[in-house]
Amino acid sequence: MTSADPVLLLGEQRLRAGARARRRVVSPVIWLAFAVMAGVLLMALFGALLAPQSPSAQHLAIVDAPPSGAHWLGTDALGRDVLSRVIAGARTAFFGPLVIAAASFVLGNLLGLLAGYRGGLADAVIMRWVDFMWSLPSLVILVVVAGTVGSSYWLAVAVLIVLTVPFDTRVIRGATLEQVPRPYVEAAKTLGVPRWKIMLFHIWPNVSPVAVANTCLVFAGSLVTLAGLEFLGLGLPPGIPDWGLMLSQNEALLFTNPLATIAPGAMIVLTAIAMNLIGDWLYELLTSRGAGR
Amino acid sequence: MSGRGLLVFVLRRLVVLALLLIVISFVTFSLLYISPGNLIDILLGARPHTAATVRALTREYHLNKPFLVQYWLWARQAVQLRFGTSIQTSLSVTGEIGARLPLTMFLGIYSFVLTMVFGIGFGVISALRRGGIVDRGLVGAAMLGLSTPAFVAGVALLYVFAIKVRWFPAYGVGTGFLNEFWHLTLPAVALAVTTVAYVSRHTRAAMIGTLDQDYVVFARARGLSSRRVLFTYLLRNALIPVITISGVILSSLIVGVVLVEVAFSLPGLGSLLVTAATTKDIPVLQGVVLLFAVVIVVANLLADVIYMVVDPRIRVGERAT
Repeated sequence: MTSADPVLLLGEQRLRAGARARRRVVSPVIWLAFAVMAGVLLMALFGALLAPQSPSAQHLAIVDAPPSGAHWLGTDALGRDVLSRVIAGARTAFFGPLVIAAASFVLGNLLGLLAGYRGGLADAVIMRWVDFMWSLPSLVILVVVAGTVGSSYWLAVAVLIVLTVPFDTRVIRGATLEQVPRPYVEAAKTLGVPRWKIMLFHIWPNVSPVAVANTCLVFAGSLVTLAGLEFLGLGLPPGIPDWGLMLSQNEALLFTNPLATIAPGAMIVLTAIAMNLIGDWLYELLTSRGAGR
Repeated sequence: MSGRGLLVFVLRRLVVLALLLIVISFVTFSLLYISPGNLIDILLGARPHTAATVRALTREYHLNKPFLVQYWLWARQAVQLRFGTSIQTSLSVTGEIGARLPLTMFLGIYSFVLTMVFGIGFGVISALRRGGIVDRGLVGAAMLGLSTPAFVAGVALLYVFAIKVRWFPAYGVGTGFLNEFWHLTLPAVALAVTTVAYVSRHTRAAMIGTLDQDYVVFARARGLSSRRVLFTYLLRNALIPVITISGVILSSLIVGVVLVEVAFSLPGLGSLLVTAATTKDIPVLQGVVLLFAVVIVVANLLADVIYMVVDPRIRVGERAT
């Protein structure tokens, strides 16, 4: 602020103080998002122990039943307990996206730093490749891979890593470009610090907030894409409890036990929205802190 | 920008487009070879394995010729829109695609219109009411929309509007324009959920950025009507970022079409692709993939041209980032 008007300055200070206070108070929505993710993590780790019944036990006498005391969310077409399957389904919904987010984090950060810091040919090649990958519809690629090579969950995860890395790369490159002209980089160069050290130990700590926030969005995106693939029946074998798979298997039960379809669908949306909210929140929190320095 | 500059730009992009299509067609052709297992077995499907059928297939797919020659012969046919016959149905792939194309196009255009009208509309309203209750509601709704995949939205809409209140049919495509319109409303809305959310978020951010510009403040200070400020000053500038995300919108619509057609059991290209993938019907897979690829590549070129026409600040050869 260049204004010398004391009243304006005071107003400005108050505004800043207000913004700081607001930032420190974590909104209840974010707490809720963290609670949802904690719940999903617990379900993914200890699904079999938490489930009230075996997710694969078939009770053919009570097929397709509405909610009852014994089956809180009813049963599906094979008489399996929907609640237990929803809890057990957290495993495939959590670990696949986690692997994708982690691998894409590492590769995307390396490539993004390289493109942003080195510039020149490396930048041109990496960014051309990123631009090309950017406009690819990932789920369609997964469907084609499943159709030619065969459907497999971990193959889909591997393909999604390749398709997601450009997303991270682009964000990290942008953040790196902002850091390169800063004096500390110039200073490190003058002191003769090796390039890889400047990239990893000088620049990366300053772009890492963006990287962390971005990873949450990658997690949510891969969760939704993987669930879509399971919904199409091209990811997991039919017996495995999985939210996307349940949605397609139980769609015919909408008339008799709609909860068997709505519950897994709600879990997909809830988990994705929680992760997106955390990502947005982290982004605002970390980047505004960085800007204040 | 001069008309000549635009021409040079378009020509240069057309060369890139042609190269891209060659690469894509090569990858698409190779799908047959990536597929594990014996080629003849894959192409035979459930048909009997006799000397006669093997000979016929070898001739049809030129299997006794070198790989690159096979690609050349296949590509020459593909240019004439011939992709061989489906392994499952023994019908021509072109015929199968042609029969399902109108439905998918109807669905796609319907969703695109919804995306533009509601995405931009919500974004503008949100930005003008920034910080208010309407804005917060719309921002929250956009977050929900972004996190809701098309198939979840589809099943939810199906349950509420076709089973609970029965305003819309649960299945079928209908006959005649109005009837089709009515049948495809739920699928189109399900398809548009994500893209509306995406466009409204971008429009909101761009509008807020434009609202703070000096020329907008000055236009208001001059006493121009708020309608004039909105349409001639704000919208034109705020819509530029929406053009830049058109590639992402298109690929999101293509992904959505696949999911929504399966969720609503509609006989379109998306469900054809999934059936082909499930049954390993490689010729059909190749045809649909190539069609989607051409649509994406051409649409991205169109978006770049529109971008340059709308925004005269962008110079030829400079890349928009």
